[in-house]
Amino acid sequence: MARLRGTGIAAVNYPTGMNLGGDPSQALIHATTSGSFVVSLSATDLGQGLRTVIGQIAAETLGVEFGEIVIDTADTDTGPHDMGTFASRATHRVGNAVIAAALEARRALLDVASEELEAAVDDLEIDGHGNLMVKGAPSRSVRVADIAALAQFKYGRTISGRGSYMKAKSPVDPETGAMDPDSTEAHACTVAEVEVDTETGEVTVLSIKSAYEVGRQVNPALVAGQIAGGAWMGMSHALYETTAPYYPAPDHSPRDFSEYLMPGTLEMPEIESVVLEMPSSNGPYGVKGIGEMTANSPIPAIVNAIYHATGVRIDDLPVTPEKILRGLEARQPGPA
Amino acid sequence: MSADLNVVGQSVARSDGIGHVTGRTQFFGDRTFPGMLHLKMVRSPLHHARIRGVDLSKAERVSGFVRALTWKDVPHNLYTILGLIGVEPEEEYVLAEDRVRFRGEAIIAIVAETEAAAHEAVSKVRLDLEELPAVFDVEEALLPGAPIVTSWGNNTFMYEGHPCRRVRLGDVDAAFERADHIVEGVYNTSPIEQAPLETTGCIAVPEANGRFTVYTNTQALYFSLDNTAIILQVPGNRLHFVGGTVGGGFGGKVDVIVEPIATLAAMLTNRPVRFAYSRSEEMQVSSTRSAWRIYIKDGISRDGHILARKVTSYADSGAYSRQTPYALTKHAANAAGPYAIPNVSIDAYCVFTNRQPASAMRGFGVTMASFALEVQMDRIAERVGLDPWTIRFINAYHDGDIKPHRKLAEDATLIETMQAAAALVGRELPDDLRAMTSAPRGAGHDGGRD
Repeated sequence: MARLRGTGIAAVNYPTGMNLGGDPSQALIHATTSGSFVVSLSATDLGQGLRTVIGQIAAETLGVEFGEIVIDTADTDTGPHDMGTFASRATHRVGNAVIAAALEARRALLDVASEELEAAVDDLEIDGHGNLMVKGAPSRSVRVADIAALAQFKYGRTISGRGSYMKAKSPVDPETGAMDPDSTEAHACTVAEVEVDTETGEVTVLSIKSAYEVGRQVNPALVAGQIAGGAWMGMSHALYETTAPYYPAPDHSPRDFSEYLMPGTLEMPEIESVVLEMPSSNGPYGVKGIGEMTANSPIPAIVNAIYHATGVRIDDLPVTPEKILRGLEARQPGPA
Repeated sequence: MSADLNVVGQSVARSDGIGHVTGRTQFFGDRTFPGMLHLKMVRSPLHHARIRGVDLSKAERVSGFVRALTWKDVPHNLYTILGLIGVEPEEEYVLAEDRVRFRGEAIIAIVAETEAAAHEAVSKVRLDLEELPAVFDVEEALLPGAPIVTSWGNNTFMYEGHPCRRVRLGDVDAAFERADHIVEGVYNTSPIEQAPLETTGCIAVPEANGRFTVYTNTQALYFSLDNTAIILQVPGNRLHFVGGTVGGGFGGKVDVIVEPIATLAAMLTNRPVRFAYSRSEEMQVSSTRSAWRIYIKDGISRDGHILARKVTSYADSGAYSRQTPYALTKHAANAAGPYAIPNVSIDAYCVFTNRQPASAMRGFGVTMASFALEVQMDRIAERVGLDPWTIRFINAYHDGDIKPHRKLAEDATLIETMQAAAALVGRELPDDLRAMTSAPRGAGHDGGRD
């Protein structure tokens, strides 16, 4: 009996968004009297940080501080339509809608500033920190907040914007499957290292090291969170999880987390990653969706590493100790 | 990082982080309302059965029992979630009528003053069921004589007259003839649970103005509202959905199961109604990721190029469609992998069985394709005597390559991503692989292929 080590790789791509009957997201933005901007949506934050990245995209496009953005989601009485948070679509779709809304609001802001500063709109700029100025004349600078207040009380204007982004429906040709099902593709390559105990069949994942190409990271810490969570979920799919332990028989299906096995923190390996940014043609600031993809490449990388370690090729998920021991047994020469 | 960006690209602290880690974020389940009732389901204990009768008499005598809802109370009881975007036919019952098709299927909704009273009343409902033969394996479900799960006479979703989603490019049979190697694999994956920390649920509240506010953890607010309006046959303007803060979804909260019946119960009782899955319901009743069986046959040239790939996939949708028909379309668009293959044939079957329904889950139709394909790539490498890196580089797609579904590849960066992974782990790649890029194939470029 021995502990055998092996390394496996896997390389994948993953589509951003879908085309189900048209795939829209919409956004509305308005300025308050104090120069904050409320972004109204009906998009859902599943815990991945959508509110934060959308706030960053709105701040970037408007030219104000992140702290001046208020994200108002999700309420069907105030938020315009959004298809939902799935298909690695939310940052891409909602981000594009928010950019469109922010550009319209920014134009309304500059129109008021143009009158107040007696300067052409094309000669104005916003510095990213809430200061609005005449290009080349820093002394003629005002706060965005002051223009917002003047718009309301002096000029009687709204500073607001509407934005929509839609991936149009693409019918599938039923004979050839010709279709346009996504907006772009993100990429991942994972190298997994495992150790297999040939006495117990137990697999210890030693490391999961990956490269990801995600177009652009809006928030690197949140991307890192997706990567860590995805590595855990991929490892869990590869080695632990099933609702039908005797599949296809439906017997002994689990009822809670004491029966539905998943790795705990002590089982988690070293996770290391590098993120490439090669902006997509149609994402907000070049974004591609990373959400779902991070769980995918670890699964075949771990299964390939088990083969490399043991010579046992297992094509059924999850790879339980029982399957490994049966595979090792089948490789033994029979009794004399 | 682009120098001209201010805040995009910065790791600003997430705006809801403090609330999440201090327990102050308000999720739907943190809300409570005076007079709120609790809804629990009477569910089928059998995988497949005819319903001969239901006896509520003992349940109605439980202290705290308020009322029971049957299929006769549901204005539009037969629906399909993707009907909103034109997917047909309507085939799932909000509450079962004369037949149950999976263990755990909802038959009667009980509304009571407390959760405990609702549980007790559920336990007192007597069901008279006649067990029917059941099928659980995707290929057995397609055999002649298999129990039929659906209402339309076979166990597959029909794609414009075909029993599977098809993709065809080139001529796989001719390419298999001239291939130097044929490599085949069969891959199976088990159904799994999305396992969010927060289980699926909602609270429906009647308002003084005649509208209903529904606090929900759905992943898709308007999808839930629009389906609820159809099922209840009310104008959308009577419904006000509030959500957006969710304790994990992973695809498990896109099915619109709890909101319609909770809102109906609120309408019929004129009181707030809470319906939230227990962990056991989340695991045993709510949708799973499909089980998949994927057959791959590849024709390979002596030098390791994939000349042809034939994929036949079966995904177990369980008893109803939910989102699975679309998962097969997405699967079919991705089942050849990130590789340039001139001849491809894909048949992707959405199969109905008597298992709890499957639906969306992270990686929807693609995760299990990636598993099968990337294990298959190692099989190919071993057969032709190349290492696992080289086989992937020489077959990687480039910008401008045609994908099997006839979309031209753009934003392709598989090669650069693999180069970065090799560098990360200290794997020395040979010069020719290090020099590759995903740029379009052209004269003098590395991508010369037959």
